[in-house]
Amino acid sequence: MASKDIYFVPESSKWPIVGSLALFTSFVGAAMLFNQSPNAKYVFIIGLAAVIYMFAGWFSNVITESLEGKYNKQVDTSFRMGMGWFILSEVMFFAAFFGALFYARVLSVPWLSGEGHGVITHQFLWPEFKASWPMSVMPNPTNFTAFKDTIPAFGVPALNTLILLTSGLTVTFAHWALKKGQRKYLCAWLAATVALGAIFVYFQAGEYHHAYTELNLKLSSGIYGSTFFLLTGFHGFHVTMGAVMLAVILLRSLKGHFTKNDHFAFEAVAWYWHFVDVVWLGLFIFVYWL
Amino acid sequence: MHLNKSMARFLSNFSVIFSLLFFLNPNLLHAAWGLNMTQGVTPISQDVYNMHMTSLYVVTIIGILVFSVMFWSIFHHRKSKGVKPAKFSHSTTVEVIWTLIPFAIIVALAIPATKLLARMDDTSKSEITVKATGYQWKWKYDYIDEDITLYSNLAADSVDASQKNSGIDPKTADNYLRNTDTALVLPVGKKIRIMTTASDVIHAWWVPDLGWKRDAIPGFINDNWTVINKEGIYRGQCAEICGKGHGYMPIVVKAVPEKEYLAWVQETKLALKSKKDSGDKELSMDELKSKGEAVYKANCLACHQANGQGIKGVFPALDGSPIATVKTRITEHIHQVIYGKNNMPAFGEQLSDTDIAAVVTYERNVWGNKTGDIIQPKDVAASRKK
Amino acid sequence: MSTIAHANHDHHDHKPTGIKRWLFSTNHKDIGTMYLVFSLIMFFIGGSMAMIIRAELFQPGLQFVDPQFYNSMVTVHALVMIFGAVMPAGVGLANWMIPIMIGAPDMALPRMNNMSFWIMPFAFALLLGTLFIEGGGPAGGWTMYPPLVLQTGKAFPFLIFAVHFLGISSIMGAINIIATVFNMRAPGMTLMRLPLFVWTWVITAFLLIASMPVLAGAVTMLLTDKYFGTSFFNAAGGGDPVLFQHIFWFFGHPEVYILALPAFGIISQIIPTFARKPLFGYASMVYATASIAILSFFVWAHHMFTVGLPINGELFFMYATMLIAVPTGVKVFNWVATMWKGAMTFEAPMLFALAFVILFTIGGFSGLMLGITPVDFQYHDTYFVVAHFHYVLLTGAVFALMASVYYWLPKWTGNMYDEKLAKIHFWLSTIFANVLFFPQHFLGLAGMPRRIPDYSIQFADFNMVSSLGGFAYGISQLLFIYIVIKCVLGGKKATAQVWEGARGLEWTLSSPPPYHSFTKPPKVTKALMDY
Ligand code: HEA
Ligand code: HEA
Ligand code: HEC
Ligand code: CUA
Ligand SMILES: [Cu+2]
Repeated sequence: MASKDIYFVPESSKWPIVGSLALFTSFVGAAMLFNQSPNAKYVFIIGLAAVIYMFAGWFSNVITESLEGKYNKQVDTSFRMGMGWFILSEVMFFAAFFGALFYARVLSVPWLSGEGHGVITHQFLWPEFKASWPMSVMPNPTNFTAFKDTIPAFGVPALNTLILLTSGLTVTFAHWALKKGQRKYLCAWLAATVALGAIFVYFQAGEYHHAYTELNLKLSSGIYGSTFFLLTGFHGFHVTMGAVMLAVILLRSLKGHFTKNDHFAFEAVAWYWHFVDVVWLGLFIFVYWL
Repeated sequence: MHLNKSMARFLSNFSVIFSLLFFLNPNLLHAAWGLNMTQGVTPISQDVYNMHMTSLYVVTIIGILVFSVMFWSIFHHRKSKGVKPAKFSHSTTVEVIWTLIPFAIIVALAIPATKLLARMDDTSKSEITVKATGYQWKWKYDYIDEDITLYSNLAADSVDASQKNSGIDPKTADNYLRNTDTALVLPVGKKIRIMTTASDVIHAWWVPDLGWKRDAIPGFINDNWTVINKEGIYRGQCAEICGKGHGYMPIVVKAVPEKEYLAWVQETKLALKSKKDSGDKELSMDELKSKGEAVYKANCLACHQANGQGIKGVFPALDGSPIATVKTRITEHIHQVIYGKNNMPAFGEQLSDTDIAAVVTYERNVWGNKTGDIIQPKDVAASRKK
Repeated sequence: MSTIAHANHDHHDHKPTGIKRWLFSTNHKDIGTMYLVFSLIMFFIGGSMAMIIRAELFQPGLQFVDPQFYNSMVTVHALVMIFGAVMPAGVGLANWMIPIMIGAPDMALPRMNNMSFWIMPFAFALLLGTLFIEGGGPAGGWTMYPPLVLQTGKAFPFLIFAVHFLGISSIMGAINIIATVFNMRAPGMTLMRLPLFVWTWVITAFLLIASMPVLAGAVTMLLTDKYFGTSFFNAAGGGDPVLFQHIFWFFGHPEVYILALPAFGIISQIIPTFARKPLFGYASMVYATASIAILSFFVWAHHMFTVGLPINGELFFMYATMLIAVPTGVKVFNWVATMWKGAMTFEAPMLFALAFVILFTIGGFSGLMLGITPVDFQYHDTYFVVAHFHYVLLTGAVFALMASVYYWLPKWTGNMYDEKLAKIHFWLSTIFANVLFFPQHFLGLAGMPRRIPDYSIQFADFNMVSSLGGFAYGISQLLFIYIVIKCVLGGKKATAQVWEGARGLEWTLSSPPPYHSFTKPPKVTKALMDY
């Protein structure tokens, strides 16, 4: 069965259905939270715990199989394709939010202030409104939080750019070390990457705190706040996930799971990390800078 | 052998269906079986109709050609006829040809369509401007230069007949679901600009005889125009799903000669003014209740239902609701109607003090709500000031 | 559920038994079977909702349901049919057939495959469950336009999460298919030898990966607009309700080709088989499919002609939309040319395929008419649109699925289905589908808007005809279930080849195929794929 010519088809596994059930429970819990149903928290927490349990169980299966040498080159290729296309789907998810940002900046906000196609809209509905970006005065200020200021690009965001770019380098160094079989360097560079990721998230959290408490910049700050927080928020979430994944890889490296030629898991996470990096560049340019 | 039979059946069935649809009914005599798009009453609607017919002919001809080839093949190239299958599997020449021909057809259709679209887009030089605002579930019309604002609700007889299992035959209602209490009156022969927008959710303003529909989007205004050539009453309805009452927000345009239109403008202005001024009058319980019932039917019934029970989980019941029964909450009741709350629209702008007083009085004295409370227009006026 | 459970006596197969076989499955055939059964169940659930719709529309006046519930039926009917019936049926077929068509041992990522399936029932539990909670199910149309959808009550978060959940499933399924096709082909199975069904599915998988996440993004914005005070779709805060429509249809139009392309693939398998002649223009079929897929990302605003786009936008989207008729036409012409000078027989799969070619084309024609912007100002949101999309979806996608079931059922079960009943099923379906949907063209042209529970008297007659056709069509589908069950339980034994004119790897395996199809990759030669 472990023969390298045969494509490894796993025996039946309980993890997929555990995973579906776990996600289902989490979704029900989350929906109940929104509906303010009693006991929603518990359902949600049980669901999340089950999701984590599923990931742990599923991946430990995969790791065992991998260590047992069940995966041949072809299986490896399947995994690579899987990860690659998964990342493309993530790109499209962010594309939706970037699309919203561009639409607001280029079309809807100018229309509301009477440009182009919006003359009568402005004249009859929002005569007071003047377009600007960042848009701190909403067409209808009630119910929205006017912010005092936005977060300037060349402060913490620029620093964070530097941090993420550096972490892209460190993870590449780790990869080189891995390919040369230098486990010590591998672990050191990986640890550095995780640390940089953690610092990034820490800074980002600090910025959010600053925005909420001092700048009065909130989710409810009109379309600027909406796009700002959703884009950076989902990105931050991805960085967090990426850092957790890197930490797992670090642990596995410490245990000596990877060999020079056979380390798909490492590469998958590295790709993911680069993806997160590139998204940040987009954010830095279009959300903070321009 | 059964193949012959199935093919024969196939054809005969198709012809049965089509003859059923086309001939079984005296469709040309009986307007109810209208088969085609209306030609409408404006120059644009005529062009739209022509464009529609052109494209319909084009696709029909393509269809006949393609399907004839296919049926020829089905009849002649069958195994049961003992034919041996040919071996060919491509021919670059024909493939190029049948890429280019459809492309040419499309270009030929796109050119007139582009011109027509450009004409429809040009709202300049219009003489009268009306703003149509969609509400859940009614239309408001502002005559921009005339200081006239009208609200147009589903006509009362349609409201009655459209209740679930009302027992009323819809045929007895005047133009069932396509009739309003107030029509949009417009002069013929003038270029009229119709702006569409909405106050709550997206609606769409559509009168087929004018040749177009346009979405009414909250927070934005769309621009359109029309010139009506022929006097008459033209009916349409909201064409974008807007919730429970989407099927119940008709549009009626009454096109009249210009002179009549001008007279109507004067009359309406006076009527609106006197309606506004009626604030100080005291009304009796009976007057309030009967007026209130009409207001309720036009404005509130869609959500809170004829029996005041609402719809569980969506619209609260008013029958027995504390706000409509407890004396100390009268002001709150009035407030809710004037200003709305969450998914309940505000009615302060569209209903006069008398209307609001009447509907509140009505709600506090029907169903099981036997409070005996009487609310006068001046109470409402006082509430508005707060 | 056990389509292949009993007929398989290959003792090399060690397969799990009992419920665990299904719950924990990593076998592409079992998972394919589950997808297909699930899809059939959803077709009946969605169909039952359609019957409620048609019953209410049988005559004017409100007889059976409240308008709010009516809207909710329309909404859920569409979601169930699209995400629950047609998409899973396509994935089920892909699961069953792609590995055996390309000579692979299984799907590339078998465990993930299982999860893609098992998400579906749970996702629909989320969605259908809302029909029973206070305030009822979502009722803003399957397109979920704000601000209306934001008025949804307790069902709202369930709707959003169900969509997220379905998206996860589809993306995993699509990734699996791509990895399988690009990585698992037997030696000699070059890309330009792939059966067209496989080609159309690869391209569909790309569409899924590129479009489903966008939908996830769109509904996420709905969620934050409702609960977190963002204003993506609220002009008062600088957003725009129309923005949602752009994002939704950026997903939505590719989505309709996600439903249609696998159907094209199926038809391209069936017609050559029963014409006993190679598919005409194989290469141009592949290119046409790819062109349709690419174009489908540039036409989305044809669903939004009436929202008031700037005229240049409308023109662009009109031209792009009309252009799609060209590659689709290539496909139709190629099918006809495949029949030309063939030696045809007309078993049930072929009958459905022929009906598909005609009726899908009729649906495509009305699509082209809808694509002409100034005229769409009249057609939009009327029953003309409803007629259009049921022609392409029901007599298009669903007919192709029916064709595929008859085509491959003997392969799956090892038994022939009852041809006579299948023909009856075909004729009943074809006739009544037309009685059901053809009059809706007239209704639309006469001015009847869609999504209304009650209508003005002038629409009464055609609605009655349509409803009668609908009931008859619905009842006819019970026959389909009967035929399938009968075939699963027994019948004339099928040979490996099943159909005289069939070509390709799947026909080299026994019927039913062994539990693990190709443990050793077969050698694929040109002769095997050709005539
Ligand atoms: C399987 C699904 C499917 C498919 C394949 C299509 C195919 C097409 N659709 Fe359709 N469509 C839907 C599903 C589908 N659609 C749905 C679900 C909706 C409604 C959504 C909602 O609002 O709820 C919709 C709505 C819809 C609209 C919006 C209408 C409105 O709301 O106002 C438009 C407008 O352009 C449109 C156009 C087209 C076109 C041009 C094609 C083309 O791809 C068709 C091309 C095919 C042909 C043209 C026939 C074959 C060609 C030839 C024989 C060649 C020669 C022909 C010519 C030169 C004309 N569709
Ligand atoms: C693949 C997609 C698909 C399929 C297969 C169908 C199938 C059917 N659809 Fe669907 N439909 C949509 C996708 C689909 N629809 C979409 C996207 C919309 C738009 C929604 C929106 O506006 O948001 C829509 C909207 C829609 C409307 C418009 C509603 C409105 O705008 O108000 C109508 C009305 O006639 C309708 C009818 C039907 C019918 C009668 C069938 C039939 O073909 C169904 C046949 C199947 C069965 C009937 C089930 C099997 C049989 C039984 C359960 C046995 C019992 C039978 C009896 C009691 C008679 N559909
Ligand atoms: C579009 C639907 C809609 C219409 C039309 C409507 N209402 Fe309401 N109404 C609601 C909703 C929704 C609520 C619940 C608001 C909330 O508390 O969130 C409500 C609540 C109320 C309440 C308070 C009930 C309670 O128990 O809290 C009163 C009183 C009321 N409406 C009166 C009216 C009157 C009078 C009219 C007509 C002039 C009217 N409504 C028209 C939707 C509507
Ligand atoms: Cu207003 Cu539909
Ligand atoms: Cu489309």
